[in-house]
Amino acid sequence: MSTHRVWVYGDNVNTDLIYPGKYTYTLRADADIRAKALEDLDPGFVSAVQPGDVIVAGRNWGCGSSREQAVTALRLCGVQAIIAASFGGLYFRNCINQGVHPIVLPEIAGIVHTGDVIEIDREAGVVRAAGREFVIPPLPDSVRAILDAGGLLPMLQARFSALSTPVKPEFAP
Amino acid sequence: MYTFAEKALARAAGITSARAGDVLDIQPDVVFSHDNSAAILRIFNQIGAPAVNRPERLAITLDHAAPAPTTAHAQNHADIRAFAAQHGIRLFEVGRGICHQVLSEEGIVLPGEVVMGADSHTPHFGWLGAFGMGVGRTEVAALWATGTLWIRVPETLQITLAGHIPMGVTAKDIALAILGRWTVEGAAYRAVEFAGDALASIPLDDRPVLPNMMSEFGAISAFMPPDQAVIDYVSARASRPFTPLYPDADAVYSAQSTLDVSTLEPLIALPDQPDRVVPVSQATGTPIQQAFVGTCTGGRYSDLAAAAAVVRGRKLRARLIVIPASAQVLSRAVRSGVLQDLIDAGAALGTPGCGPCMGNHLGVPAPNEVTISAGSRNFKGRMGTAGAPVYLANAAVVAASAVAGQIVSPQDIIDGETFRAEGSA
Ligand code: SF4
Repeated sequence: MSTHRVWVYGDNVNTDLIYPGKYTYTLRADADIRAKALEDLDPGFVSAVQPGDVIVAGRNWGCGSSREQAVTALRLCGVQAIIAASFGGLYFRNCINQGVHPIVLPEIAGIVHTGDVIEIDREAGVVRAAGREFVIPPLPDSVRAILDAGGLLPMLQARFSALSTPVKPEFAP
Repeated sequence: MYTFAEKALARAAGITSARAGDVLDIQPDVVFSHDNSAAILRIFNQIGAPAVNRPERLAITLDHAAPAPTTAHAQNHADIRAFAAQHGIRLFEVGRGICHQVLSEEGIVLPGEVVMGADSHTPHFGWLGAFGMGVGRTEVAALWATGTLWIRVPETLQITLAGHIPMGVTAKDIALAILGRWTVEGAAYRAVEFAGDALASIPLDDRPVLPNMMSEFGAISAFMPPDQAVIDYVSARASRPFTPLYPDADAVYSAQSTLDVSTLEPLIALPDQPDRVVPVSQATGTPIQQAFVGTCTGGRYSDLAAAAAVVRGRKLRARLIVIPASAQVLSRAVRSGVLQDLIDAGAALGTPGCGPCMGNHLGVPAPNEVTISAGSRNFKGRMGTAGAPVYLANAAVVAASAVAGQIVSPQDIIDGETFRAEGSA
């Protein structure tokens, strides 16, 4: 069980608002990518966000471009989960691949405010907010495994390093 | 029994059948990326894969910031060229054009296939009867390393286009009508299948706009059943055999809707979201400073020709930026005289590619400047400047607005000139 401060945003927040397109090819360093998070949506976010905070959003969070930095920038800010009434389809996948848990909960957006504290209980599979309890929709096992590995890159790194570990042959024919 | 998405994804997974909701590991037939390949190759290099998996399936275009506007962009391009040469990946150079247009022209994506692109407008390839889906950078790196990626088979929304398409109404207007009616989340998580008699009457050149812009609709992918005209187009270009797939007559859809296209008129999306759609007449008179004919949904030959027909013999009151979607489009516009008409009127020509569509270069607006664009996306800050509103409309409306210096329809210009001519006679 963990507690998290929330940042609340509305419906249809697109990836240009989360991470502007003009930065997608030029910024490489983590600190530079982090600094642009929500630049055109909430200019005060980057300086006030704290590790462990979570986003609580309305419908269709992350619609628009496939740009992965719209997740990466938030992860670099320490955002641990994103709760939304619904997600843009590509954004949902990018969350999984970046190891940031995308939690689809339509009921929660209207009942919490920026600065409130909520609980995420992964063992029990629930979110507790404003005195109520909400069930986290389960992910398919194969998708959950990517999240548990910390994202697609760490998962593949583990897979390829296991492959390249020399195995002593049992016998030589 | 099965939708197109179910059939195409089952085939790509090497299994006989799949249903919406199934999570599959698939091997896409084509994987592509663009300027973001520089970031992708850095992720790929961290994975530790011994080689690129089946590089013959891969393609890279340099299009999003091309020619390079800054040293950082140029270094990305240099890294991509070296990587592509080292691994034997097909590379389309600066000036060849926008990924979706180029891969269609080159016969790289074929009917019935699955294509994954590091670009959200990959549903574009639905115009060829392919399952196109955008993916993230790490996913493309994973595909380079393993050739395989997971996908949840989407439910499908079927949209039937009924009736006759009126003169002056383009696929852009149909796409905007869909967005205006059902909003940017209308297709959330789902695939779209188009049906109906009106499809066949959309000119081949204009068809990609519909599936492409379904990404604005929240769709994972979009499909148009390939007719003989598409099969002929592809057959003239394909270098490998293909087998088109069609949905079954009794496929199960999550929803079915019909749009009567016979009542449509040219539409415009108001700033900041592509579903804020009204008839052009309701935005008429709004002053603009910049007009942009270009992008993967507004820079095809038919767009340039429509814009030329409007500006021919007229002068511009706002700057008009014209950027062909590909070198082949540019070449055709040179040969037909369309380009001459545009230049004579005072248009500024850019290198085939994405231009200012996502705010990298070649037409970034100043704060408070208003742009009318033939592109597909008008989010706040999309063209590089947060306080510079962007309207979306078809290329003829964009060109007419450049002539007038304010938002108007092409007919308004003709009517206005007739009025003045009669008044002075
Ligand atoms: S033209 Fe615009 S929408 Fe099309 S691929 Fe390029 S940046 Fe994306």
